[in-house]
Amino acid sequence: MNKEYYGKLIFELSRPGRKGADIPSNGCGSSLSSIPASLLREKSPSLPEVDEPTAVRHYTNMSNNNFGVDTGFYPLGSCTMKYNPKINEEMAAHSAMTALHPAAPASAVQGALEAYWNLQCALSEIGGMAAFTLNPFAGAHGELTGLMVIRAYHDSRGDEKRTKVIVPDSAHGTNPASAAVAGLKVVEVKSLADGTVDVDALAGLLDDTVAAVMMTNPNTAGLFESNVAKIADMVHAAGGLMYYDGANLNPMLGIARPGDMGFDVMHINLHKTFSTPHGGGGPGSGPVGVRTGLEKFLPNPKVVKLADGTFDIITDPDALGSVSATLGNFGVQLRALAYILSLGSEGLMEAGKLATLNANYIKESLRDLYKLPIDRVCKHEFVFDGLADKSTGVTTLNIAKRLLDYGFHAPTIYFPLLFHESLMVEPTETESKETLDRFIDAMRKIAIEAAETPDLIKDAPHNTPVRRPDDTAAALNPVVKWKDLNCEKA
Amino acid sequence: MSHRYFPHTQADIDAMLERCGVSSTEQLYDDVPQELRLKKKYDLPKALTEKEVRDYFNKLGAKNTQLTCFAGGGFYHRYTPSVIPAILSRSEFLTSYTPYQPEISQGTLQYIFEYQSMMTELTGLDVSNASMYDGATATAEAMMMSIAATRKRDTVLVSSTLNPKVMEVVKTYARYHNVNILAIEAAGGVTSLEDMKGKLEGGKVAGVILPQPNYLGIIEDFNGFSDAIHEAGALMIMNCVASDLAVLKTPAEWGADIAAGDAQSLGMPLSFGGPYLGFLCCTKALIRKMPGRIVGATEDVNGNRTFVLTLQAREQHIRRDKATSNICSNQGLMALHTAVYLSLLGTGGLREVCEISANGAHYLAEKLEATGKMTLIYPDKPYLNEFAMKCDFKVDDLLRVCIENEILAGIKLSDNEILIAVTEMQTREEIDRLIEIVSNTKFPQL
Repeated sequence: MNKEYYGKLIFELSRPGRKGADIPSNGCGSSLSSIPASLLREKSPSLPEVDEPTAVRHYTNMSNNNFGVDTGFYPLGSCTMKYNPKINEEMAAHSAMTALHPAAPASAVQGALEAYWNLQCALSEIGGMAAFTLNPFAGAHGELTGLMVIRAYHDSRGDEKRTKVIVPDSAHGTNPASAAVAGLKVVEVKSLADGTVDVDALAGLLDDTVAAVMMTNPNTAGLFESNVAKIADMVHAAGGLMYYDGANLNPMLGIARPGDMGFDVMHINLHKTFSTPHGGGGPGSGPVGVRTGLEKFLPNPKVVKLADGTFDIITDPDALGSVSATLGNFGVQLRALAYILSLGSEGLMEAGKLATLNANYIKESLRDLYKLPIDRVCKHEFVFDGLADKSTGVTTLNIAKRLLDYGFHAPTIYFPLLFHESLMVEPTETESKETLDRFIDAMRKIAIEAAETPDLIKDAPHNTPVRRPDDTAAALNPVVKWKDLNCEKA
Repeated sequence: MSHRYFPHTQADIDAMLERCGVSSTEQLYDDVPQELRLKKKYDLPKALTEKEVRDYFNKLGAKNTQLTCFAGGGFYHRYTPSVIPAILSRSEFLTSYTPYQPEISQGTLQYIFEYQSMMTELTGLDVSNASMYDGATATAEAMMMSIAATRKRDTVLVSSTLNPKVMEVVKTYARYHNVNILAIEAAGGVTSLEDMKGKLEGGKVAGVILPQPNYLGIIEDFNGFSDAIHEAGALMIMNCVASDLAVLKTPAEWGADIAAGDAQSLGMPLSFGGPYLGFLCCTKALIRKMPGRIVGATEDVNGNRTFVLTLQAREQHIRRDKATSNICSNQGLMALHTAVYLSLLGTGGLREVCEISANGAHYLAEKLEATGKMTLIYPDKPYLNEFAMKCDFKVDDLLRVCIENEILAGIKLSDNEILIAVTEMQTREEIDRLIEIVSNTKFPQL
C-alpha cells in the first residue's frame, strides 16, 4: 500500500458537496417542519462527504494493511483461526434470508426457523446436550447466558446461597469476568505443574455455596483434563453444576462430547470450531447448550417445532429472561449451518484429529529450541515458555514481532498466565504441511537470530506498514476520535 | 477421508505422525479415557457438495415469504449501498481477528477509529467504544456502567416508554447483576418527569434510561430531565435509534452521560435479527468505566500515525473478574459496515434518509386516518418515521389480510393498536397499497 497517498482518514478526504450514495425516494412531501425545533439538533454532525470511488479506494487500501486467515497462517492460540469457506458467505447473504424482519410472523419465516432449528439440533448432537439456544452473540455472551441458566436452576430450587463460581487459574479472562457480570463470586483453583486442575485443591473449595465450576477441556495449555469425569462427580455431589467453555472444542470433534464428560451447560463459539469468519473481532456467535432438565431455563425467544412439523417462536415463562432482542446473529448461524452440511458427519469426525496432529507436529519440530514447560501430547494447541536459551534476553514479544516480518500472524502471547513467556500456538486443521514447515523454519531461524543477532529481533518488526507503536502515549493521552487528533495538532 | 477444506495427503499424515513418534492420530488421544470417548459417528447428514449446500439454502429460502416491510420496533428496512458488501467481503477484513498485533492490523484499527469518530459525531458525546453486540445489550451495559460509576447505588430507573424487547434484556442483566430496576411511568405517551423525580429520591439511583425516539415512535421532550437526574447524583442514559441522530437533538445536547442503542438503522440488512451492532458512547469522565475495546491514535517509532487498542486495563483479559464487562468479541465487521455506510451517505445523505422516511410515515399516517378506521394514539406528539395507531378492528385481521398481499403491516401493540414504520425502501405504490387495503377491506367490528 502506498502510505503517502492513501494513509489518510476518510474525514481527511471529505469535500463539501460530494456524496457516495443514492437514496431511494417516495415522493411523499416534506414533514420535518412539523417537528419543533427544540427537539432537533442544533448543528449537523460532521460526517465525511466523499464520492463512491474515493470511498472504495480508501477502504480497499486500508484492507491492504490487514492480515487475515486468507492472507496467511494465523496460529493465534485459543482463537481457532481456521479457513472460512466462501460458500458460507454466499449462503448468509441469500436475499431470501437477509430481507426478513425479526418481528415477521412465524408463518412468513419458516425457512429461517428451520435453519435455526437444524443448527440447534446439530450442535446438540455434537455437544452431547439436550438443547441449544443460538441467541447469544459471542463466546463471552454465551458464558454469561450459561451462568444465568445455572443461577436460574439453583434459584428454581430455592437454593439461593450458591453464589460461588470456581475457575481454574488457566482460564480465559472472560470466564471470571462473565461470572462477575452474572453476580457470582469468583474463586480460582490452582493448576498442577502439569497444567491440569489440582483435583485435591478443588475438593477443598467445594461446598454448598458453589453454583458451578467452569472448565475448558482441553484447557488453555492445550492439555486434556483426564480427571474431568471425577471432577464432575465431585461437583455434582456438592450440588454444583459443570460449565464447559467451548472455546477449545475443535480438537474434541469426533473424539468426546462435553455432555458425555459430565458437563451440564456449555457454549460453542461458532466463529471458532464452526469456521465463521472472525470479522476483525466479531460478529461471532455463542450458542449455549444444556443437558436434559435445564432446557426450560434457556433464554427467550425460543424456536420450537410443532407436531405438524412447522416452527414457531415462543416466550417461555420459565426462561432465565432474554439476553438479546432477537434470535441472535442469524447471519453467523447460517454460515455455521453451511459448514456443518459441507463437512457432514464424517468430515466433522475428522477435523479435530487433524487439528491435533498439526499442533503436535509443530511442537515436536521446535521442542529443541523453545522451552516446552509441559511435556505431554497436546491437543489443538500448545504453549511454549519462550526460547529454551534465555541468555539472549529475547522475549516472547520479540519473537511474536519477528514472526510478522516472516509473513505470519503471531501466536497468542503472554497467555495463559501459567508461564512468564507464554507463546500459544494453534494451527487448526486447514493448514497444509508445507505451511507448517515454513512456520517451523521461521521459528527456528528466529531462535538462531536470537543467539547471533539479538538486536535484530528486539527491534522487530522491520517489514510491516507501521512499526512498534507507542502504546504508553496512547493510554496516557487518549486520542479516540478524529476531532481529538485535530485538537492535538492545534 | 479427504475433503476440500483439509490439505492433508496420506503421505503428509504419515510423515507428521512419524515426527510425533506415534503411529496414528488416535494415539494423540491416549489421554482421553475410554469411558468418555464417543463410540459412534455423529448422527448428522453426510457431507453435501457445494451445489447441494446451495440447493439446500435455496429450498429453505423458498419457505420464507418476502414481505414489504412496515414493521420497525427498533429495526428498520434500510437501503444498503452495493459498496458495503463489496468492502466487507475483503477477506483481509473479514478473516482477521481482534487487532492484537497493531503492525499488521492497521486496517481494522483505522476503521474502528473512523467508526468511533462517526458515532461521537452522531451522539455529540466524547468517546465511543469499538461496538457492542446489539442495542439491547449495549443499553444493559450502560445500565451496569452507571452502577460501576456511582457509589453505593443499586437502582436504575427505566422509562416505560422504552422498547419492551430492550427492557426485557436490561431487566435480565439487572436481575443477575443484583441491580434493582424501577419503571418510570408514562403519561400521554411520554416519560413522566414528575414520576421520575419522585423515584430519584433516596440516593439509591445510579442511572436513568430514557429512549429517543420512544417505542411508539414519539420524539420525547427531555427538557428538565438531565438537571433532575444529575442533582440526584445519577447518570442520564439515552437509548437511541442511530439513524435518527442525524436530525434529532443529540444525547449530549440533552445532557446525557451515556448513549446506547442499535446501529442497524444505518443501512444494515434486517437478516432476521442479526448481525447488527450496539453502539455505546459516553462523556470523557466515564471513559475508564467504558466496556469493550477502544482504539486510540498514537505514533510508531518512525513517527507515523498509528492506531492501537488502548486503555486495555479495563478489559477482561487483563482485569478478569474486576473488568468493566465480560465482552471480548464484539461486532467488529459491523463497525466497518457502519463506517462505510456513513462515509457514503455523509451528513446530507443521512439527513435525507431521515427526511424521506419521515415524509413517508406522515403521509401514510394521514391517509390511514382519512380512512376513518384508524387514528393516531397520540396525535399531538411529534414523530419521525414510526407511529402508533388505534384501529376500529382487530390488528390481527389487518396483519393477516396484509400478509396475503405480501405486506408486513407493522407490529401489534395490543388487540386494536399497531406500530407502523416507513423508510426510504417502500415505494409510493407500496404505501398506497397498504392504505387501499385498510380502506377497502371490510374488517369485522371489534
